[in-house]
Amino acid sequence: MNKIQIQNLSLQYSDGAESLKNVSMDIRQNAVTVLFGPAGGGKSTLLRCLNRLNDLTEVKSSSGQILIDGVNILDSKLDVVALRRRVGMVFARPVPLPLSIRDNVTYGLEMAGEKNRIKLDEAVERSLKLAAIWDEVKDRLDDPAIALSGGQQQRVCLARVLALQPEIILLDEPTSGLDPISTGKVEAALQELKKNYTIILAPHSIQQAARTADYAAFFLQGDLIEYDEGKKIFTSPKEKRTEDYIMGRFG
Amino acid sequence: MRILSRNRHAVQRLGFTLLTLIAVITVLPIVGTVIFILFKGGSAISLEFLTGFPRAGMREGGILPAIIGTIYLTIGTAIFSVPLGIAAAIYLAEYASDNKLTRLIRIAIINLAGIPSVVYGLFGLGLFVLFLQFGTSILAASLTLSIMTLPVIISTAEEALRSVPQSFRTVSISLGATKWQTIRKIILKEALPGILTGVILGLERAAGETAPILFTGAAFFLPQLPNSPFDATMAVPYHLFVISTQVPEMPIQIQYGTALVLLAFVLTMNIIATVIRSRARAKRQW
Repeated sequence: MNKIQIQNLSLQYSDGAESLKNVSMDIRQNAVTVLFGPAGGGKSTLLRCLNRLNDLTEVKSSSGQILIDGVNILDSKLDVVALRRRVGMVFARPVPLPLSIRDNVTYGLEMAGEKNRIKLDEAVERSLKLAAIWDEVKDRLDDPAIALSGGQQQRVCLARVLALQPEIILLDEPTSGLDPISTGKVEAALQELKKNYTIILAPHSIQQAARTADYAAFFLQGDLIEYDEGKKIFTSPKEKRTEDYIMGRFG
Repeated sequence: MRILSRNRHAVQRLGFTLLTLIAVITVLPIVGTVIFILFKGGSAISLEFLTGFPRAGMREGGILPAIIGTIYLTIGTAIFSVPLGIAAAIYLAEYASDNKLTRLIRIAIINLAGIPSVVYGLFGLGLFVLFLQFGTSILAASLTLSIMTLPVIISTAEEALRSVPQSFRTVSISLGATKWQTIRKIILKEALPGILTGVILGLERAAGETAPILFTGAAFFLPQLPNSPFDATMAVPYHLFVISTQVPEMPIQIQYGTALVLLAFVLTMNIIATVIRSRARAKRQW
């Protein structure tokens, strides 16, 4: 089933950086969709459109639509705060808020008005378990999150997003600063999560793209070049440019 | 080659020595002033001096009304300038876009900081004492001092807010927090030590000023403590001016004792600001 329909999406930043050129694609529910390609291709831009984080950036022009469950989320009248609770995001560099581990996880819920201590505690345990970090931090939930290692921080950041029980999770190179073991843990968590969530991932390497993708989209300088099932695109790409990139001939 | 390099080392050593010397010279006047005033005024400090009323045409007794007055004025200034200054800084750092209006506001703030304090005094006289009919009062003097303090508080608070990493804002917004929630829960909390430092430095300047309160709230001598914001008050800096220039045959140690009290007041605030800043820096997580 399609969760997200992107229709003729174009966007240009004021500073002339990365852009998107007339991108259309449907994104499946309960699957990992990977956006890959060289830097500056538009992957981050697309992710930041999906939770309207681009509202914080100077955008020169944009057009097209993004439908989530049939509703255009680019509508200027849309409640963006509610949207961001449905569409969570994990960033390349883990940025724990200057709070304890527990308060990092409950932050989104508390901002949404949840005050019930029991519900918050449940959310902490459930999301930290889902992010495969519970056993490592359960005895020090009140320590500052910054005291954790980079890999642990990133999984707390994932848990923080999961606590809101979003429908869609966006991950922008979530393992770029992590060691292989931590990376493996995050990837394993994603495979577990896709049963209940729609996951869109900009991987930090082509290998990670191939390992994790149910569906994969190849972006090059703002154009969507090819979009197919992961198995197909990484073994027999239709486009010459996709093949060249996968084979490491450029990028 | 070897001679050249030895020469270069000698030049470098000479340069460092000179710079150290200059640095020491800049510290000397401050240290000298403190020692001089301690030496001259230390003998005047006693319990009676700090808690008693002036007697015999201010030539004897204590300076309690001036100390209390300066505390009142500092608190009064804080009541007006702190909320206003922080609100303005939040607007400038978090909400204002970079346009003509905000640039104008910024230029105004910078220039406001450069206005001579006696001009603030005259402005306060015109606006608060006469036009708004607050009279020569703690209220009018506090408002005048507030205007003078605002630029310091606004610019340091804005700087403190801006130094909080942008990534905290992005993350908080992405977790479905509103902008105001983000500011309240994360940004203000992280910027607080910097803001407090600015507040204390601003208030410290207000506490030590004479000219702005000269026409707006300061009294030459009062037999009792002020009991409403509409009363005039004695204040330590103005009292020092009075006993140094207006009262004949003033004992010299009372003058220096008063100066010492003022200096101690201001230095204490300064030390508090420094402690807050260094503690926050040690605790900071970014």
